[in-house]
Amino acid sequence: MTTAADSKHSTGMGKDLIVYVCLLALAGIQFFIAYQNISTSQMFVRMMSVAVIEAGLALLFFMHLSENRGLKWFVLIFTVAVVLGMQYGWSDSFRLLDGVPWAH
Amino acid sequence: MSQADLSIHAQVSRTGATETMTEPTFSVPAKKMAMWLFIIADSATFAGCLVAYGFIRNATPDWPRPFHSITNVAIMTLILLTSSLTMLIGVRSAEQGEKAKAFRFTMITVALGILFAVLHIREWMGMIGEGATLFRNPWGTPLFSSLFFSITGLHLLHVTGGVIALIAVGLKYQGGRYNADDLEITGLYWHFVDLVWMFVVPLVYLLNLAH
Repeated sequence: MTTAADSKHSTGMGKDLIVYVCLLALAGIQFFIAYQNISTSQMFVRMMSVAVIEAGLALLFFMHLSENRGLKWFVLIFTVAVVLGMQYGWSDSFRLLDGVPWAH
Repeated sequence: MSQADLSIHAQVSRTGATETMTEPTFSVPAKKMAMWLFIIADSATFAGCLVAYGFIRNATPDWPRPFHSITNVAIMTLILLTSSLTMLIGVRSAEQGEKAKAFRFTMITVALGILFAVLHIREWMGMIGEGATLFRNPWGTPLFSSLFFSITGLHLLHVTGGVIALIAVGLKYQGGRYNADDLEITGLYWHFVDLVWMFVVPLVYLLNLAH
């Protein structure tokens, strides 16, 4: 059984600091995107892309998921499957916007 | 025990089957695995809320963009990200047996969590002062306020729970009842709260920034 005391995470404090600075920089990029003169959908795609990278860094290094291959795939496959499963309703949101009598 | 039983027992020991049966899932201790399962379930909860928010925002014409400044949310993001780093330092110190340092950094994380919550509530009070409530929105559709307070409220509830958990686990760690593993498991939850904020900020705040 792996315990915190005897496992000694392979990443050092230096790597944690680099990841922290990267996360700050990525958060800064999100704020920068918010002030760009682009459409909402473009803004959404760019911000979510940055958010996914941020989440990946936090999961792999802050939560040490990179050190356990089995758990990493378990979390990844399950979460991605659930999140993807929730996307089925988007087409209906466009229908509500454009295809119903009370649409603008 | 009969000769046949002894023979089976010896066979099981030789093949290591006994060890295999007691090996935890993914070589992760049971408490840590329970926290991961909770995190997976909770991420589905937040994903459900954010997807519902996206659905309603997309399907509502003239969605309001009431935020004029991002200073407060930027400071809140900085505080939460920094609290994740202090939590990491605390856990690493605990793993290296530096009990006092581990406790100190856990309490710094708690202080940052409280500061985040205070800033969050201050922001809420400002919005409530402008007339926004769970069922009323002075800038247009009431759905905006309902979703804003629900999603940020759910996150704030998680931050509050995390602060309470960190205080409880930190004190018990200091008292010798809990070990570095327990601190690490609570840290996992704290990092998850931070991770969720990375999605809440762009969706709820930045996409609703007035231009």
